[in-house]
Amino acid sequence: MVGAACALYAARAGLDVRVVDRGAVAGGTTGAGEGNLLVSDKEPGPELELALLSARLWSELAEELGAAIEYESKGGLVVAAAPDALAALRDFAAGQRSAGVTAVPVGSGELREMEPHLASGMAGGVHYPQDAQVMPALAAAHLLHACGAPVHTGWTVTGVVRAADGAVRGVRTDRGDIHAPAVVNAAGTWGGDLASLAGVRLPVLPRRGFVLVTEPLPRMVRHKVYAADYVADVASDSATLRASPVVEGTAAGPVLIGATRERVGFDRSLSLAAVRALAAGAIGLFPFLERVRALRTYAGFRPYLPDHLPAIGPDPRVPGLFHACGHEGAGIGLAPGTGQSIARALTGKAPELNLTPFRPERFDTDTDTGTGTGTDTDTDTDGGDTP
Amino acid sequence: MTTAERPRLAVVGAGPAGLAGALAAAARGVQVTLVDAADQPGGQFYRQPAPGLGARRPQALHHQWRTFERLRDGLERHRAAGLITHLADHHVWCVEREPGSGALSVHALRGPAQEQGVTVRADAVLLATGGYERVLPFPGWTLPGVVTAGGAQAMLKGGLALPGRTAVVAGTGPLLLPVATGLAAAGVRVAALVESADPAALLPRARALAARPGKLAEGAGYAARLLRYGVRVLPRHTVLEAHGTDRLEAVTLASLGRNGRTRPGSARRIACDTLAVGHGMLPHTDLAGTLGCTLSGTDVRVDDEQRTDVPGVWAAGETTGVGGAALALAEGHIAGRSVAARLGGTAPDPRRWAAAARARARQRAFFAALDAVYAPPAAWADAVPDDTVVCRCEEVTAGAVRTAAGPLGASDPRAVKLLTRAGMGWCQGRVCAPAVAALTGCPLVPERRPFARPVPLGVLAALPEPPPG
Ligand SMILES: Cc1cc2nc3c(=O)[nH]c(=O)nc-3n(C[C@H](O)[C@H](O)[C@H](O)COP(=O)(O)OP(=O)(O)OC[C@H]3O[C@@H](n4cnc5c(N)ncnc54)[C@H](O)[C@@H]3O)c2cc1C
Ligand SMILES: Cc1cc2nc3c(=O)[nH]c(=O)nc-3n(C[C@H](O)[C@H](O)[C@H](O)COP(=O)(O)OP(=O)(O)OC[C@H]3O[C@@H](n4cnc5c(N)ncnc54)[C@H](O)[C@@H]3O)c2cc1C
Repeated sequence: MVGAACALYAARAGLDVRVVDRGAVAGGTTGAGEGNLLVSDKEPGPELELALLSARLWSELAEELGAAIEYESKGGLVVAAAPDALAALRDFAAGQRSAGVTAVPVGSGELREMEPHLASGMAGGVHYPQDAQVMPALAAAHLLHACGAPVHTGWTVTGVVRAADGAVRGVRTDRGDIHAPAVVNAAGTWGGDLASLAGVRLPVLPRRGFVLVTEPLPRMVRHKVYAADYVADVASDSATLRASPVVEGTAAGPVLIGATRERVGFDRSLSLAAVRALAAGAIGLFPFLERVRALRTYAGFRPYLPDHLPAIGPDPRVPGLFHACGHEGAGIGLAPGTGQSIARALTGKAPELNLTPFRPERFDTDTDTGTGTGTDTDTDTDGGDTP
Repeated sequence: MTTAERPRLAVVGAGPAGLAGALAAAARGVQVTLVDAADQPGGQFYRQPAPGLGARRPQALHHQWRTFERLRDGLERHRAAGLITHLADHHVWCVEREPGSGALSVHALRGPAQEQGVTVRADAVLLATGGYERVLPFPGWTLPGVVTAGGAQAMLKGGLALPGRTAVVAGTGPLLLPVATGLAAAGVRVAALVESADPAALLPRARALAARPGKLAEGAGYAARLLRYGVRVLPRHTVLEAHGTDRLEAVTLASLGRNGRTRPGSARRIACDTLAVGHGMLPHTDLAGTLGCTLSGTDVRVDDEQRTDVPGVWAAGETTGVGGAALALAEGHIAGRSVAARLGGTAPDPRRWAAAARARARQRAFFAALDAVYAPPAAWADAVPDDTVVCRCEEVTAGAVRTAAGPLGASDPRAVKLLTRAGMGWCQGRVCAPAVAALTGCPLVPERRPFARPVPLGVLAALPEPPPG
């Protein structure tokens, strides 16, 4: 997704673009996640700014591609079961409002008007009309198609070609070299490997998530609904399983429930503990789901950096190398803002956004080896997907 | 040994392979739980009703029926002795292996509505889940009246294959013969048996192979009966289209040239109200795949003892490769003996099952030869028009698949599925996967299906915590 957005904005900035992927379009994490475009889960800070910029760009893209990418500006609804959770949620929302987020408090009575099948007895919630959704694989494919750049699927990058002065000259692939004065690393969870091909360190790590997909249903869930403890979950840095699922209906009918967060490397094997937690959480929000069947479940590996912020922008260590990876659980939502920022950097224009917090070389100074055991920063940078 | 001390084996599937495995293991002191989706033991092959069999089964199959009676009686005896528990109407949706202890949990849904969760724990699991029919799309294949070859068998069973109807049996593979004969014997007028391969090509191979495969005699028996019923056999022919508005009224057939394409001008129309189609079988490998068993092609890979490469997990019958009931029996028997020895802490002595091993080798060779002959026409995917629905659950056309695979860059079936929803519906791509792979120009690779059956969320939420240790 991120590569597709970079390609689109770069091509529209007048650059000659080529896209290389060792798999198929959307064959990476983009095809194994969900398409929540959330501002609701982000606290004020650089990620929220990127999310707000991206939300605006997504709605522009939707005017062009809307139906094809299944864009829906359905809004998010965060609910709190108990009064103290509600108080925390309302505080959180107040902070977001001051950063430009539309966040409307919802009383416990109104909740059921907005979501008729929601469990009774919820204390209240907050409505986020800016939250939206796309179908990620369709979005990646149609953005690539719209940009008109040649797409080389099935080509693996095996090296970064550099001149004597160290500047990038292109990439080496298993099907031959591609020459270019600039290379954008949008390799997601594998972005660290690509960086090391250019001789630099970027500690991107995988964080596994499972999603449950139900049988198709008539529309029973209208918004993206999740419980307020989610907001607490995403900021945590524990390696164990967490789940406080976002429940949402899709254009095609199935309800998506996702996702868990575990740091277990690239282990794809089914975890029944994970799907049990998702199912239990979803039934807690929508009791009718108890009898609804899950048709499938799948796992993906979010690309995360130790401080939970993506790497976006030029790499001062290798002239001509740009990074656009490490978006963790929000790479779909944050893709257009990332793509636009990269295109501006490539063409020497000032970005709309301050990219300093996303500097790719920022991990050179810290002692954290990227195992994720360091202390978490204040910035909650996860978001977009369900915890 | 008391029940509590005996090693526990869970067998998934009560077809020939599962029954043979359960009996062989139980006879050697293993406590067996036989978990099966059907309401009666017997699997695909023995599922036909006994009265129908008595009256109408081809002579050649009586031998198999007696085998089944022996298995059924054995099951009864072991059940009475408390050595085998038979859980009928239990649909297994997942088998889980704890990485640490190696303990296995078989998770099933009980009853025809499949709403109640049941978990069986065991020290070893034998996967004997059989296979399912492959049907390739063509214009009109979704019309009422078009059924699978197995579906036609079910019509016979339910008494729905009414005399006076006119059927065409089409596709490829050895299954078409018994289906055509069965329909004819039930009084259905079988207008043609349309086989895209040329079974004549089989004869030299088969003769070279076979000391005495009962199969050949069986095949010859079917041929003779088809002749007797006046069924026209059309080798190297294919169904181009099924016609009808609300239901099937006719089919168009054509003959195939050497390049696998239809011969120009050879098309002709035959009126019929039933079309039974099948293009061979595919193994059920979902449970094995989720356990992490290595597959070779579409089959679960096993060693000489029928062990998969996941400790504690054996596989037998069509899940390890399609090859008929006799092969399933031999494999199941070997698996059961191996399980008993291994759970008892010893290596089995293969000389004890030499006869079964010989039968296994013979049948595998025979079916390898069949496989080489029975195949869909080489160019069949090119012949599917853009507006033909490929994925019935999600109503995805061949054209949509081609667009995804071409201009949209979905260069493999998984990406095609993401872009088109082909394979995302109720059947999870079991029907359309071969067609989607062929239209994408990729070999058929079994997909991951963590849930072998749709599971109510309430069952997932109520899953037992794995036992400690
Ligand atoms: C369960 C789950 C749910 C999620 N839900 C959401 C959500 O609701 N909203 C949201 O915004 N985000 C969500 N995410 C996160 C989101 O999916 C990711 O952040 C996003 O897909 C990352 O996109 P990407 O383009 O960076 O990476 P990818 O999609 O992984 O793309 C990277 C590509 O690089 C290619 N590549 C790697 N190495 C090489 C090489 N050497 N040569 C050539 N090609 C190479 C790969 O083949 C791959 O296609 C979720 C993630 C998961 C796992
Ligand atoms: C129409 C038709 C005609 C045939 N004619 C002949 C013939 O003439 N000669 C011949 O040799 N062979 C014939 N066969 C093939 C023969 O039926 C098979 O080779 C044989 O049954 C394979 O045995 P098996 O034990 O491997 O699997 P099966 O007999 O398929 O048994 C598998 C069992 O597993 C159960 N099962 C599968 N998945 C699950 C799950 N998830 N949970 C619980 N239970 C599950 C199924 O319900 C079934 O009972 C025919 C097959 C068909 C369909």
